[in-house]
Amino acid sequence: MLADFGYGVLVVTFILALYSVIIAINGERNKSAQMVESARRAQLLTFPLLSVAAGVLLYELITSNFNVSFVYEVTSRSMPTYLKVTAWWGGQSGSLLFWAWLLSAFTSAVTLRKWDRDREFLPWVIVVSSITLAFFLSMNIFFENPFARFWQTVQGIDAFTFKPAGGVPFAPQDGNGLNPLLRHPGMVIHPPTLYLGFVAYVIPFAFAIAALVTGRTDDRWTRLTRRWSLWAWLFLSLGLVLGGRWAYDVLGWGGYWGWDPVEIAAFMPWLTGTAFLHSVMIQEHKGMLKHWNMILIMLTYSLVIFGTFLTRSGVLSSVHSFAQSAIGPMFFGFIGATFITSVALLIWRWPELKSETEMKSMLSREAFFLLNNLLFLSVLVVCFWGVIFPLISELFTGQKVTVGPPFYERANTPLFGAMMALMGIAPLSAWGKSTLLTLGRAIWKPTIPALFVPVLAYFAGYTNWVALIGFFLVAFVIFVTLYDTVRSAQARQRAQKENFFTALGRLAGRNRRRYGGYLIHISMMLMAIGILGIELFQTETQGTISQGESLQLAGYTVEYKDVATWPDQGAGVQYTRSAVDVFKDGEYLGELNPRIDFYFDSQQTMTIPGQRSTLQDDLYILLVDWQPVSSVGATFKIYHNPLVNWLWVGSLLFIAGMFFAAWPDKDPSLRPVRASKQVTQTSAAD
Amino acid sequence: MQKTKFILGGLLILAAVVYLIASSTQASAEYFMTVDELKAEGSDVIGKSLRASGAVIGDSIQYDPETLTLSFDVAHVPGDNADIEAQGGLAFVLHEAVTDPARARMQVVYVGPKPDLLRDEAQAIMTGHVAEDGIFYADELLLKCPTKYEEAVPEQSEG
Repeated sequence: MLADFGYGVLVVTFILALYSVIIAINGERNKSAQMVESARRAQLLTFPLLSVAAGVLLYELITSNFNVSFVYEVTSRSMPTYLKVTAWWGGQSGSLLFWAWLLSAFTSAVTLRKWDRDREFLPWVIVVSSITLAFFLSMNIFFENPFARFWQTVQGIDAFTFKPAGGVPFAPQDGNGLNPLLRHPGMVIHPPTLYLGFVAYVIPFAFAIAALVTGRTDDRWTRLTRRWSLWAWLFLSLGLVLGGRWAYDVLGWGGYWGWDPVEIAAFMPWLTGTAFLHSVMIQEHKGMLKHWNMILIMLTYSLVIFGTFLTRSGVLSSVHSFAQSAIGPMFFGFIGATFITSVALLIWRWPELKSETEMKSMLSREAFFLLNNLLFLSVLVVCFWGVIFPLISELFTGQKVTVGPPFYERANTPLFGAMMALMGIAPLSAWGKSTLLTLGRAIWKPTIPALFVPVLAYFAGYTNWVALIGFFLVAFVIFVTLYDTVRSAQARQRAQKENFFTALGRLAGRNRRRYGGYLIHISMMLMAIGILGIELFQTETQGTISQGESLQLAGYTVEYKDVATWPDQGAGVQYTRSAVDVFKDGEYLGELNPRIDFYFDSQQTMTIPGQRSTLQDDLYILLVDWQPVSSVGATFKIYHNPLVNWLWVGSLLFIAGMFFAAWPDKDPSLRPVRASKQVTQTSAAD
Repeated sequence: MQKTKFILGGLLILAAVVYLIASSTQASAEYFMTVDELKAEGSDVIGKSLRASGAVIGDSIQYDPETLTLSFDVAHVPGDNADIEAQGGLAFVLHEAVTDPARARMQVVYVGPKPDLLRDEAQAIMTGHVAEDGIFYADELLLKCPTKYEEAVPEQSEG
C-alpha cells in the first residue's frame, strides 16, 4: 500500500539522519574528509526522501483515502482541494512531518550553497540539525504516524501502523473534516508561517553549537547566520500577526490576542529571537556579549521546540484544545537533553568567549542594547512565569492557581513602555561613549513636537493616562527616527553634492540593516497605536431588535434590515446571513452582513462578523441569535475598536522593513564590520 | 566604578521585574477548582476569583437572547490532565460526567453571545466567582470539544 510505502520512507530517512550524525562526528574526530562527505550526502538525501513521504501524504489527502486515519481526521469529501492540501498541517502527525520536511530543506540549503566557505562549521551544523531531524522523525515513526491505517479486528476498528493479526482494512465513508474555525485563509497560512520561523532558528543554533565545538569563537557564526536569523524572525513575527488577524476575523470576540498559553508559546521564542537580533550587533561591532548571544540562541532553540511541544501536548490547560498524546514527555526529554548539552559546551568554551572590550558608559549604544536585551528577557520571564505558575503553585501549595490576561497586561505594560522609550533613544546614541549632552542634542528637537501629540489626543477624547503616555512614546520614536534619517541624508547631501532623495536612497541602501531596522521600529509604533486603541478604548453594546429598529454605539447607528437563511449542501453549510444598515451621525455608510455558518459534518456553528474598517476605527458586528418567525427579531453584539487597523497597517510596513533589511546584496555576511569601524564614527554615519 | 554602576543598574531592573511579577500575580491570581472542590468549600469561596471546569449538560442549556443571558449546568470532571488521561481521555471523562447522575453539578450563568462550541459533553472552563446563591457567575467562558478534533480547536472566549 502507498501509505505503508510513505511510512517506510520515513523510517529510511530516520536511519539516514542518525547515520549522518554518527558519521559526521566520527569524520571530524578522525579528520576524515571522506566520512564528512558521506555524512553530507546522507543529509542531502533526507530532503528528497521526505518530499516523497510528504507527496504520499498529500496524495492520500487529496484523493480522500479515509483508510489512512490522518486523512480521516482532518479532511472530508466536501472540502475543496486547497483545504485538503493545507490539512497537511491541520493535525498533529502531519505537522510534525511538515516540521521535519522544512528542517531538512533548510539544512540542505545550507550545506549545498556554501559548503566550501563554511567547511569548518558545516559538519557540526549537520550533526545538530540531523539530531533535531531524527527526533522529529522518531515522533512520527514511534508515536504519531501520519500513515497509520484503519484496521477492523475482533476488538473493533482502530488505527495501526502495521496490520494487526486478523485485521481487515477499513475505510470510513467520509472524514471528520477540518474544524470549520480552521477553514480560513489566515489559518491556512498561519501555521506554516510560524513553522518557517520556528524551523529557521535551528540553523543559527546549529552554527552556534558548531562554533563552540570547533572553538572558532569570534563572530563568524553570527555573521554567517545573520540572514537566517532575520528571516526566521520575519516569519515568526508574521506568524504571530497572522494568528492575531485570524482570531480577530474568526473567533468573534472582538480581540486578536488573549494571552493564551499557546500564543505565549509562540511569543516566547520571538522575545529571545528579538533580543538576539539586537545583541549580535554588539558582538559584531564591539566583540562583547559573546556568552550572552550563545545563551540567547540556545534559549531560542529550546523555546522553539518548547513551543512546538506546548501546542502538541496536554501539559497546560489552554483554550486551544491540546492533543493528548505520548509525545509530551519525549519533547520534554529532548529539550532537557539538548539544553544541558549546549550549556555544557558553553561552559567548556567560556574562557575563550571573553569580551574584547569593556562597557565604558551607561549611555553608550551597547549599554542601551544591553538594557533592551534585559527588557526582552524580563517579558520572557513574565510570560514563562505566567505559563508555569499553575504548575508551581500546585507543587508548593497543592492548590492550582492560574493567572489570566490581566497578569500579563499589568506586568508587561511598563516593560513595553520602557522598550518603546529605548527604541527612540538607543539608535541615536554612539558606540563606546555618549554623554547626556551629545544624546540630548540629538533628541531634544523631535521630542518637542512629540509632546504635542498626547495633548492633541487628550482634546480628541483619549483621556486615559496610559494611552497618553503611549501616544507620546509612539510619536517620540517616530519623530526621532525620522529626524535622524533626514539629518543623516542632509549630511550626505552636503558632502556628496547629491539631491536630497538620491542622498536618502543611497544612505539607506548602504545601511540596509540600520534603515530596515528603523522601518521596523516605526511599524512597531504603528502597531502600538492599534494595540492602545483596542485595549484601552474598545466599547461594546448588545441587544435584540426587530426589523427597522437600531442599536447605537460610539456615534454609529446599526439598523436591522433583514435576515435570510439557506443551506448549501455541496459545502455542507447552512448559512444565516443578516443585513444591517450602518449610519454615522445620520449619514448612510453602507450595509454589513454578519453571518452564522452552521457546518453539518461537525455540527458546529461559526460566527462571522460584519466589519467596517477605517484607519480611525473598526465597527465589528456579530449576529448572535435570531428567531425565524417572530417579531422579536435578531440579537446583535457590536464592538467599536478605535484605531485597531493601525495594527495591520503596521504589520505591512513591518514586512517591508524586514525585506529591506534582509534582501541579499553582495555577500554582505562576509563584510568585516569592525575593520571598517576603526575610526570612531558618530552614530548618524553608522 | 563603571562595573558597580552596571551591577547596581542590573539589580534595580531585576528588583523592578520581581516586583512587577509578584504584584501582578497577586492581583490576578485565579484559583483553579473543580466542581467537587467548590461544593466542598461551600461559602468559603464566595466572591473569590475562580477558574473552574466542568462537563456541559446539554439539556440544561438555556439562552435568553433578549438579555443575552446564558445558563447551563456543568458536572464535575477532574482538574488534572493526568487524572483525565488515566480515566480514559477527555472525551470519555466528559461523557461519563454527563451521564452519571450522581456527579456533583453546578449552575453557571454567563451574559454574552452564546459560544459556538457550547453543546452537550463539551468542556467548559469558566472564569468568575460563585455568589451567595451558589451559582457560578462567569465573566469569561471557554469551551473545548475534544471528541473529534485533535488539532488546535481554538477558543470561543468572551471577556
